[in-house]
Amino acid sequence: MAKAQVQLISEEGLRHDGRRPDELRPIRMKVGVLSNADGSALVEFGKTRVIAAVYGPREPIQKYMVLPDRAVLRVRYHMAPFSTSERKSPAPSRREIELSKVIRESLEPVLLPEYFPRTTIDVFIEVLQADGGTRTASVTAASLALADAGIPMKALVGGVAVGKVNGVLVLDVDEVEDSAGEADLPIAAAPDIGLITLFQLNGVLTRDEIRAAVNMALKAIEYIVEKEKEALKAKYEF
Amino acid sequence: MPSSQRRIVAPGDELDPKVEAKEPYVVEVGGKKVATVVGLLDYKGQKPSYIPLEAVYIPKPGDVIIGLVTGIGVTNWFLDINSPYQAVLNIQDFLGRPFNPATDDPARLLKIGDYVKAKVLAFDRTRNPLLTVQEDGLGRITEGKVITISPAKVPRVIGRKGSMLNMIQEETGCDVFVAVNGRVHVKCENEDLEDIVIVAVKMIEREAHKTGLTDRIRRLIREERVVRGV
Repeated sequence: MAKAQVQLISEEGLRHDGRRPDELRPIRMKVGVLSNADGSALVEFGKTRVIAAVYGPREPIQKYMVLPDRAVLRVRYHMAPFSTSERKSPAPSRREIELSKVIRESLEPVLLPEYFPRTTIDVFIEVLQADGGTRTASVTAASLALADAGIPMKALVGGVAVGKVNGVLVLDVDEVEDSAGEADLPIAAAPDIGLITLFQLNGVLTRDEIRAAVNMALKAIEYIVEKEKEALKAKYEF
Repeated sequence: MPSSQRRIVAPGDELDPKVEAKEPYVVEVGGKKVATVVGLLDYKGQKPSYIPLEAVYIPKPGDVIIGLVTGIGVTNWFLDINSPYQAVLNIQDFLGRPFNPATDDPARLLKIGDYVKAKVLAFDRTRNPLLTVQEDGLGRITEGKVITISPAKVPRVIGRKGSMLNMIQEETGCDVFVAVNGRVHVKCENEDLEDIVIVAVKMIEREAHKTGLTDRIRRLIREERVVRGV
């Protein structure tokens, strides 16, 4: 990987957008944004904007995929052609297929699929605007949409990425930091049941750095899940 | 605890061990009772109650439900019962005698789009739920209107000991049947009254988590009756 030439941490220790290293971007969450879906959510991490729609449990569209004892979770992560600065082909890319699988596996541990045998639960994730951290924003949106659809789950899942730029660990990396930084570590977790459901690493981190990064991410995820609960409760104002 | 003694819980929230609720809306994780769907925790009365605000209908033998005919098979109909599972109603059961394909035409007995009030005869999760209409009051719905609401809101439409449903029926003189799968059959003297009941039921669905709903629905029905002149 080419070494980062850009100065991403200022002399005062602030990042290129003025955040402190352990500061999240402004988060906005809203549930029930789509009326046709059983559950839906819009999640924004700064300029990253993701929408998720959940259908089901319902009769499978492709009958061959049913399981006799539990529901099948299907996840489709897709980036809108207008989500990036250069047009992204709308056809599913290798990266999107892989991310769909990764997101599905980060949601499966909290679901209770055995209550809905022979059905599918479909999650459609559309990235409307990409500015780094789309996979973690997608996990957050999908978890929120599943809860909005009334699908029983043991806990809510939230996600955030920790990166390393100019040798400093930074929380919630955006596009600039992601492309110029030395490492990127996306994490998703369900703090209510103490479970890490997604753990990836791109780049190089030392053991101590990983430990520090995981702690940083888990603290942030606790806050993100708290925001998710607030968003769910806001739908039912007294 | 807020003064209203009610609060909304989200999936993953720990609940009072005294709370009684059915799985899968409450499960035990690591010895703790945890809510799995968005629900309403109510401290009214002796012990706290937990009412899920989102739910899907899972058929249970003995349930009286309203199904919508969506397909016609060789010896049966397929019905949408507002559930992940498609229900099956045998023609033989509908006729109450053996089915003869030479003389009986299933498409003339029940058309696609017909609503049928039926009872769940069997459902073991390995096959689709089987329905029966061989009982009093069951069969094709010929009058009135049917609307679909979330199955989670059915208890609210019925109310405590049927209070909400009785009030609606008294105020409008209509015949209202609330099926557990979230379908409401309304039968009135005239269409205006049916529309009023539908507006009321939709309002209950929307505001199921709020307090003092019965009084507000009563006021809504009275106002609507004046406005519509019925």
